Amino acid sequence: MKGTAKFVQGNEACVEGALYAGLKFFAGYPITPSTEIAEHLSGRLPRIGGKFIQMEDEIASMCAIIGASLSGCKVMTATSGPGFSLMQEALGYAVMAEIPCVIANVQRGGPSTGIPTHVSQGDVNQARWGTHGDHSIVALTASNHQDVFAITVEAFNISETYRTPVVLLFDEVIGHMRERLVVPEAGDMPIVERLKTSVREGVDYHPYLPREDGRLPMSDFGGVHRYNVTGLFHDMWGFPSDDPAVVHGLIRHLMDKIENRTNQLARYREFYTEHADCLLISYGSSARSARHVVERRRLRGESFGLLELQTLWPFPSEIVRNKCANARHVIVVEMNTGQVCQNVRLAVANPERVFLANRVDGSFITPTDIQRMLHLFQGKGV
Amino acid sequence: MAVKDYIRERFFPHIWCAGCGHGIVMNGLIRAIEKLAIPKNDIVMVSGIGCSSRMSGYLDFHTLHTLHGRALAFATGVKLSLPDLNVIVPMGDGDALAIGGNHFIHAARRNIDVTALVMNNRIYGMTGGQYSPLSGRGILATTAPFSNIDQSFDVVELATAAGATFVARTTAYHVREMATIIQEAVVHKGFSVVEVMSQCPTYFGRKNRQGDAVAMLKHLRDTVHPIGAKAKDENSDFVERGVFVRKDRPEYCAEYDDIIRRAMEGS
Repeated sequence: MKGTAKFVQGNEACVEGALYAGLKFFAGYPITPSTEIAEHLSGRLPRIGGKFIQMEDEIASMCAIIGASLSGCKVMTATSGPGFSLMQEALGYAVMAEIPCVIANVQRGGPSTGIPTHVSQGDVNQARWGTHGDHSIVALTASNHQDVFAITVEAFNISETYRTPVVLLFDEVIGHMRERLVVPEAGDMPIVERLKTSVREGVDYHPYLPREDGRLPMSDFGGVHRYNVTGLFHDMWGFPSDDPAVVHGLIRHLMDKIENRTNQLARYREFYTEHADCLLISYGSSARSARHVVERRRLRGESFGLLELQTLWPFPSEIVRNKCANARHVIVVEMNTGQVCQNVRLAVANPERVFLANRVDGSFITPTDIQRMLHLFQGKGV
Repeated sequence: MAVKDYIRERFFPHIWCAGCGHGIVMNGLIRAIEKLAIPKNDIVMVSGIGCSSRMSGYLDFHTLHTLHGRALAFATGVKLSLPDLNVIVPMGDGDALAIGGNHFIHAARRNIDVTALVMNNRIYGMTGGQYSPLSGRGILATTAPFSNIDQSFDVVELATAAGATFVARTTAYHVREMATIIQEAVVHKGFSVVEVMSQCPTYFGRKNRQGDAVAMLKHLRDTVHPIGAKAKDENSDFVERGVFVRKDRPEYCAEYDDIIRRAMEGS
């Protein structure tokens, strides 16, 4: 790939992706292991005329990026477990008011303060259900820095296209590990710019009336259309409404605009998945170990494959079901007590064939760990 | 422009009770904006949650009705990304100083050019009359049936100590003064705080036997006096009104523009 090669941390790869996608405003609060994202952006953003602000907490950070997004900027914040918990209410606001924004959660061990400098993938379900009420969300992840870059660009593109918050679920190993990254040249990757309304001044603008293709063109604060934005259920003008038809219409819209596009939003990588006897499913840094195991087993002539998920929400159930259709064993490799495993079991025809290979002790799950567990699943002892 | 031109008539009637002070504050704000002749497209009103926060829906500006306590954090994002806009944040006492207390002091500390209107009726109205951090000791509320033991903040002292560069207090009784003060607060470059002492006859008044709205307004007239008035010497319970702080300190967005200039020069 043409471009500029760098040797960087995963957190920097995320920064590069965000800037490539057009990030103009970042608000955040220091928290391990995500802090480098804020540190790098504090230097990079003002160089391109963008804005960086360190807020008083993660609640304020999330609120500030929503305000900036409505003012026309592509926006992002970055955090980890405890900070992600604090952001949940405002994340729900962004869902309800349909504000494009990207939230990077570089996962560490929880609950509570947990194990701040160690790795975990324990926030998968929080990304989906952390904020209250029925809603939908997009959450993406990646296992190497080139993909961290690309998926960050994707996160902004999806966020702008569907006017939804997008959560980037990285983890401590990805965030802090250093490896090569090639930053593509401008124009090499597609960038979705914000869709602005073409409604002229003086004509009634309906900020919450979707076009035929389902998209909602925006008008920035300070522009010629003055409208209301609220976290209450609202009509097409953005005004509060408790009319059951309006409430039902809006909740269906918020769910359907994401859930009905599950396959379209699914990003994944696959290695030898066709006719794999034993299919590993993993994501984020644990997918690196899973891939190592698959490659070694294939060298020994065993029929192993890997499905590496990059879209975790909406969960790509249909794709997982199809990929697992011919596998005798499905092994989900993750660093939590089975948050993705649970969804795989729900997705497949034979859930009793799905096993969990995990570690939840703050340590990175290694290929050796997975090998040992495979022996157990295959009935060969440890 | 007429007052009517600032209002989104199709979203009336408003939700405020008869005798509520919030409408008076809205009137004062409209008159201040009208005097200043700021185009409506240049004003963003950001509010939180509560009776007072509903003001944003009724006014024909760019309006952002947000989360309880967080209006100033949202407003910071709006203002920093578009510093040329006027950002006005109407808040209730609970919204601004209980759940939103942290954002309040930090917005003041940064001296970001936002106008905070604290509509202080000393009660949580929307949830039915619970005590707030401004109710004061001895007040009755649905959550203080034996009388409130919480001490109050003094909004003026708090805002001043936190670094606000324009700090004033007025009341819903002193409407002309209120409009003048709001006018100055909006023009002031930096974080401005205007506390408007207001009446909630429905909950605060009824629970504390303070009479109807008129009686409560008269009480404000009789107990809130200009800064330095002799009346305060006679009764230390009296409260002062007027402009307490008016000073120049670097404004946050202007400072950040300087950062951008230096970064672009590569320093």
